[in-house]
Amino acid sequence: MANKVIYAVYDDPEVLKGAARKLVTSGVKVKDVYSPFPVHGLDPIIGITRTRLGIASFMFGITGTSLALLGFWYFMISDWPMNIGGKPNWTLYHNLPAFVPVMFEFTVFCAAHGMAITYLIRNKTLPGMPARNPDPRSTDDKFVMEVRTEDNHGHSAEQITGMLRETPVFEINEREY
Amino acid sequence: MEFTFSKRARTLSMALAVIGLLLFVLGYFTAGEHGAEHLGQRLWANLLVCGFFFFGISLGALFFYALQYATETAWTVMVKRVYEGMFAWLPIGSAIILLVLLGGSLHWHHLYHWMDASLYDPASPNYDVIMDGKRAFLNQPFFWIRSIAFIFTFVFAAHWFRKESLRMDKESGETLVKSHLKNYRRGALFLVFFAVFSSVLAWDWLMAIDAHWFSTLFGWYVFSGMWVSAMITAVIVALYLKSKGYLPQVNNSHIHDMGKWVFAVSFLWSYLFFSQFMLIWYANIPEEVTWIQTRWEHYQVLFWVTFFINFAIPMVMLISRDAKRNPRFLIGVGTVIFIGHWLDVFMIVMPGTMADHWHLGLVEVGMFLAFLGAFVYVTLNRLTKAPLTPVQHPYLEESIHHSI
Repeated sequence: MANKVIYAVYDDPEVLKGAARKLVTSGVKVKDVYSPFPVHGLDPIIGITRTRLGIASFMFGITGTSLALLGFWYFMISDWPMNIGGKPNWTLYHNLPAFVPVMFEFTVFCAAHGMAITYLIRNKTLPGMPARNPDPRSTDDKFVMEVRTEDNHGHSAEQITGMLRETPVFEINEREY
Repeated sequence: MEFTFSKRARTLSMALAVIGLLLFVLGYFTAGEHGAEHLGQRLWANLLVCGFFFFGISLGALFFYALQYATETAWTVMVKRVYEGMFAWLPIGSAIILLVLLGGSLHWHHLYHWMDASLYDPASPNYDVIMDGKRAFLNQPFFWIRSIAFIFTFVFAAHWFRKESLRMDKESGETLVKSHLKNYRRGALFLVFFAVFSSVLAWDWLMAIDAHWFSTLFGWYVFSGMWVSAMITAVIVALYLKSKGYLPQVNNSHIHDMGKWVFAVSFLWSYLFFSQFMLIWYANIPEEVTWIQTRWEHYQVLFWVTFFINFAIPMVMLISRDAKRNPRFLIGVGTVIFIGHWLDVFMIVMPGTMADHWHLGLVEVGMFLAFLGAFVYVTLNRLTKAPLTPVQHPYLEESIHHSI
């Protein structure tokens, strides 16, 4: 039997949340939800784990600070000590206050760019990548819940659609893959 | 739900004030021969440190409160009484500041060197040409007009916001929205006054201690210190109330957001502290470096400790989401930063008034504890006067469902 994917389309985020809660309590695994905007409180219902993007961003930031420090040490102290306004230039720590603004900026630069690029790669939404959105209306005013039979061996596709029909669903689409 | 100031909390805050006072008296009488010489100046300087620190907390709370109206922020509605409780201290804090200023004008102490009349007398050996040049701004009548205008505006605004808030509890429908919009406009108006006054009061009451020195960043630096102290106090008071079973609808998201404010404003403070320091360090102009030099020579350990506590601790400890959602952790870190910002005010006042004769002993700690006890008492006492959760507010429902 081929695996089936069921798309339940809703036109209200609160209704969708209620439906998702109902499905999850009866043991159905909801794969994902596509929505035009982030729906508050949906993640814990369908069991999406917390993003680790913050940790990644922190790492990128630390990398930026370290690179900036290393760069300063090499350019300004080790390779060619530069006398700027008579400021001490023989050790890194003596001249540290002058480097802090750039260290700060480079930290922000690395954290922000690293985070944005990681986000785009992880979501497979880099420019030019094909859209993975099952239903274009979910970028407008519809909320689409995706349930896959391969995640739900306890329930047949008919049972799941039956459950969905009991909720105020707008439309149900099935597809084999 | 009404808050009842439990007998235990009442006794504890009073005991804190009394113990502080006792320590202070003990410190006063054990100052010894060596310390006795500068004891008068030391007491007044301490009164300014504690007076300004706690005045700053209540003023920071008032500022934040007005900001919430002006930006129509919904999530803080649940905890707005906490801020109202904190700015209950404002009249008392103002009175203490006025007492210190009055002491300066009447020459009971010499915190404000510029108030010495002989500086402006060309015949006197004390004649100071720089100070004479600053006379258009730093003169007693104008100084007093400014100080009274600041304090009047703040106390009046605090009284008005509180009155409006209590009135809104009894309203509904159209009138409620009308009251809210009125608060919104008054909040914005207050911010305009606050923007100017907070800077100028920092020059007048703190920067004028070192009257030869000036820094254009100083107003913001002092303001950020007040703001972060207020944010810390607010989260600690809210967590205390929650731990006693009050404010049941204040959820993790509210606490998380209050923690974020502590984190964010700590960075604002560090940013301004460092900006001021680095520009002075880099330019290395004699008239500017004096301020840093006094601190560097006589207060080096405290200089580092203050910066470390107020920058590194919130940065490392409060960066993660879990930390900001953990009440015990938040209270622990908050208390440390709270003391750090008291030290910051100490570092602003003492070098210009006590120079190398400074102490950090029983007098200082005692006075801090006495003020803390009194502040807690006044704040909690104000909280008993009205329902802890606002009864009516256009954004009440949204605030209850706050989730991040």
